[in-house]
Amino acid sequence: MAKKMLNIKIEDHPYQVEEGLTIMEAAQKCGYNIPHLCTFEGGRCSRGSCRVCLVEVTGARGLVASCVYPINEGMDIHINSQKALGARRTSVELLLSNHNKNCQQCVKNGNCELLLAAQMTGARDDMYQGEQTENTVDEIAPGITRDTSKCVLCGRCVETCKALQGIGVLGFQKRGFKTIVGPAFNRSFADSPCMQCGQCVLVCPTGALLEKSEIEKVDEAMKAGKKVIVQTAPAVRATIAEEFGEKIGTTGTGKMVAALHRLGFYRVFDTNFAADLTIMEEGTELLNRIKNGGVLPQITSCSPGWINYMEYFYSDLIPHVSTCKSPHEMEGAIIKSYFAEKHGLKPEEIFVVSIMPCTAKKYERTRKANAAVNGLPDVDAVLTVRELGRMIRRAGINWQKLPEEEFDNDLLGQYTGAGVIFGVTGGVMEAALRTAYHVLTGKEAGFLDFKAVRGLKDVKEAEIDINGTKLKVAVTSGMANAKPLLDDIRAGKSPYAFIEIMGCPGGCINGGGQPYVTSCFLPHEKDNIRDTYRKKRSAVLYSEDERLAIRQSHNNPDIQKLYQDFLGEPCGEKSHHLLHTTYEAKRVRFPKK
Amino acid sequence: MAKIRTQEELAARIGKCESCLKAKFTGEGGKRAIVICGGTGCLSNKSAEIKAAFEQKLKEKGLDKKISINFVGCFGFCSQGPFVKIFPEDTLYRMVKVSDVDRIVENDIIGGKVVEDLVYVDPNTKVKYPKQDEIPFYAKQKRVALHGSSMINPEDIDEALGYDSFKGLAKALTMKPQEVIDMILKSGLRGRGGAGFPTGRKWQFAHDQVNNTKYVVCNGDEGDPGAFMDRSMLEANPFNVIEGMMIAGYAIGAKEGYFYVRAEYPIAVNRLKIAIKKLNEVGLLGRHILGTDFSFQAHIRLGAGAFVCGEETALLNSIEGKRGMPRPRPPFPAIKGLWQKPTIINNVETLANVPYILRVGADEYAKVGTEKSKGTKVFALGGKVNNVGLVEVPMGLTLKELVYDIGGGVPNGKQFKAIQTGGPSGGCLTVKNLDTPIDYDNLIAQGSMMGSGGAIVMDEDNCMVNIAKFYMEFITDESCGKCTPCRVGTKRILEILTKITKGQGTMEDLTYLQELAFATKNGALCGLGQTAANPVLSTMKNFYDEYVAHVRDKKCPAHECKDLMEYYIDPEKCKKCSACARGCPVGAISGVVGKEAFKIDTKKCIKCGSCISTCRFGAISKR
Repeated sequence: MAKKMLNIKIEDHPYQVEEGLTIMEAAQKCGYNIPHLCTFEGGRCSRGSCRVCLVEVTGARGLVASCVYPINEGMDIHINSQKALGARRTSVELLLSNHNKNCQQCVKNGNCELLLAAQMTGARDDMYQGEQTENTVDEIAPGITRDTSKCVLCGRCVETCKALQGIGVLGFQKRGFKTIVGPAFNRSFADSPCMQCGQCVLVCPTGALLEKSEIEKVDEAMKAGKKVIVQTAPAVRATIAEEFGEKIGTTGTGKMVAALHRLGFYRVFDTNFAADLTIMEEGTELLNRIKNGGVLPQITSCSPGWINYMEYFYSDLIPHVSTCKSPHEMEGAIIKSYFAEKHGLKPEEIFVVSIMPCTAKKYERTRKANAAVNGLPDVDAVLTVRELGRMIRRAGINWQKLPEEEFDNDLLGQYTGAGVIFGVTGGVMEAALRTAYHVLTGKEAGFLDFKAVRGLKDVKEAEIDINGTKLKVAVTSGMANAKPLLDDIRAGKSPYAFIEIMGCPGGCINGGGQPYVTSCFLPHEKDNIRDTYRKKRSAVLYSEDERLAIRQSHNNPDIQKLYQDFLGEPCGEKSHHLLHTTYEAKRVRFPKK
Repeated sequence: MAKIRTQEELAARIGKCESCLKAKFTGEGGKRAIVICGGTGCLSNKSAEIKAAFEQKLKEKGLDKKISINFVGCFGFCSQGPFVKIFPEDTLYRMVKVSDVDRIVENDIIGGKVVEDLVYVDPNTKVKYPKQDEIPFYAKQKRVALHGSSMINPEDIDEALGYDSFKGLAKALTMKPQEVIDMILKSGLRGRGGAGFPTGRKWQFAHDQVNNTKYVVCNGDEGDPGAFMDRSMLEANPFNVIEGMMIAGYAIGAKEGYFYVRAEYPIAVNRLKIAIKKLNEVGLLGRHILGTDFSFQAHIRLGAGAFVCGEETALLNSIEGKRGMPRPRPPFPAIKGLWQKPTIINNVETLANVPYILRVGADEYAKVGTEKSKGTKVFALGGKVNNVGLVEVPMGLTLKELVYDIGGGVPNGKQFKAIQTGGPSGGCLTVKNLDTPIDYDNLIAQGSMMGSGGAIVMDEDNCMVNIAKFYMEFITDESCGKCTPCRVGTKRILEILTKITKGQGTMEDLTYLQELAFATKNGALCGLGQTAANPVLSTMKNFYDEYVAHVRDKKCPAHECKDLMEYYIDPEKCKKCSACARGCPVGAISGVVGKEAFKIDTKKCIKCGSCISTCRFGAISKR
């Protein structure tokens, strides 16, 4: 049914817009950009608190927040009246008067929505001065940091944590001028049931929430003359180009490798290799469980955000979770063992850097159970895509002029299409199914696209018939979506054999370490980019999968060689030591009712 | 307790209770009764001990069977409490102490003679008033919302039923819900919480929503400094307020109601609990009330002491167990309120008016008041006024009548300077507004507001900049921190005001102050923020000279801002006795006894004011 159209006026010009929009949404359709902070991208907002989007509506009492005020028939809106202009400017000036304005040092500079709002409203420098709210800086957790002196109390992070992950780690505390946002009792993220997924970082309009940078760690390793080996996660190639102003959905694989070579890394590898390895291990684990009547459903373990969540809230499900390390940890362990051995290097000389779309991976690398070789951590530093962007810019490398280069073909060089799609929700499942088909039938599947597990739906289900063996699987991402599935397992009524769970909604292409998608900084994106960016990013991965000659993990020749020369068989003793991990039950915050 | 299942059973019960109560008041059958104020004010002034003393004394004298004793709700004349009243003579004793109990029993109860020194004396005319109704403080009052206050035992359902309770509901249940709303609309009743929105229209919005679940919420989160009308109403006659809520529930189609009361009001909460329990026992709350299809249940939720939770949407969040922060409107609560269901939120006083309207009819109710503000309004009169207390006056009474006739004027012969109405959200009105008839629209037109009914009188010793600062301190403390103008704006306003009261302000600051105040008013999210700057705006409007004096002349005309005044000994008046010097905690006063007038070293002086109170010759003053 066509939506009812309403007649409104903006600055005395008549427009027709559909019913149900907020003033801000309607204004956007009519060609206006109203500055805003607390509203989420796209003009939907449940708070209306920042008061940066105030407009005048004839007949309304005072000014109204355009992000929450619904339009109605005959509404007469003035965005540009002196009263509205003044009020928007004052709101920003007041925010600035209680803001830590060290913009030169702030890594958010360039992506800061407060600074943009200041420009848009013409905020005057230091208009109001006075006391600053007592500040908390939390740099304890390995994944994300919080600095309340940069916080504008927009509440986006609070909403996000609740809506996407269903946790609500962040909340408002104290009141009035003393209000801050933080985990309960203003404690560290490290001391809260935070899964460190970094979704809050993605929505923060300022530099109040950031990843904990490990660029310095890499610098130090380089300085110390270590063999610094870098690996890049599947989803990084889909987004790294965005860091350099390219359109969302641009493949950046070749240029990224070229840039990494120029940054002086000893080897540039692709985590896809280890993704293939994961399929071998995890697939075998699954088939073993099915064959031997083990605990089912088996749940994937690639996403450290999910693992954190599980350890806090569903530790009773530990037996269901695959013991496989996440791919980059496997790759680190293999580099420090197999690669080192083959090249006659001491594991201590090697420094493994992972470029990840993820903040939780920074935490994951510190886990004690992820140190397979001589007690050394499998991975020594984790950088987000944004941090890699910063390193490339810092080095003076001109992205546009970079050539396309290949990953180093040295023992761990090859990867398959199955590895690439690990970066999107449903990818691990699809890769596993491709190999499972082969293992169960001894034949290659005639088709490779398991479409039922693709797409950005909250929960996807499929029943795959492999030569009479029916495999019921489910795929989900974001903990709010995963919760019902987990509750079913807990209640013993889950119908599935295998479940893929990713911490971030949409999987790694929407990870907490990915470039910001803030439409006000992306003027060249024509469509409503907040609605389409995840699809565009996944398309990069699926097209690379299609382009590759080998698309099943078990057919990766380097993987086959690895098992032949070094590991023996999947889930064998050596794999168990190097590629599998253990989990622990953390404090249970919310006991069962 | 016997169930009341039908209209007829209710009428019979009411008839019985009425004659019983009448007997108590008129002394039928030679009975006498003692009632003692059981409001929070008098209770904290030992009225519970007084009651216990009476009980013991009467027992000693063997009179405990013949004479009943009970608490009643607030008498309103709080500066004269605790009160004891004897029926049927209607003798009112004020400022009673435990030690007075023996005398009252011996002389009055037994001897039949009024204890003269415990009777109220008008300080201006020196006339004695042994009976409550004759006291000038009560003369111009009209009790509608305070119905039953100081008369009935708030914990006794039979006294409530004998004093008009549930006649209104009984009437309402014979009408259609729409007829009830029409009646409220016609009565002209407006919300007593402050904004003055027509109650009937609010009900109509909620009534028109199609939804099986709707709620009535009674806002008893009274937070204005010095205001206590909601508390008094709940303490004095909880049955009346519950009845109002039930009528509202019937009108809009709600089956459940929530009382949101501050946790700081334990007595009110307790009496409300008792009332709800007793009403459930007799079946006046619960299912199929009076044999009709109307079912209703009332619940109590306690507020944790945040001023902002008096704002209706923050209140709803609080009831839902969320942080008390306002929601953006629209959607209005009448459409999407408590748990997203249609909800009306009415102030205690609004609901307390409703049963009366049903009893007497819309026309009779609307006879009192001004054209657009009908009925009465309860004010908590305080500050620099002789008769501090709770008063209920007809709308249209002038401020002058409120301050002078009821309030008894400004004490100590000082000059009236201003009256602050509407609490922290209101504004200051001055001498030139004194003839203004009190109603919603007049007060707003004069730059203040009705608010919930706080009325604080100020005299010449009050510095208006300091008053504005006091209210801003309150607001910055109580802001929830959600929206920018209120969270940061009020803080910056307070900082500028502090600067000015310290003598560090500039004329530019006055411009910023005004700008910020307007920005907060226009830009804030909720009622609290939008009105937060009113004390600043109204004092700047009416007392701009005082601001200028602070900034330009570095003087506080009222000598209240410590940084801008000094103490001074007039050498002509000084008797050289050294009393002040001996009392000075920092040794700032020097002189020679009997020979040399004393002097204050202003550098050492900490402006504690002890010298002023020590000097018996009025030689020391501020300048």
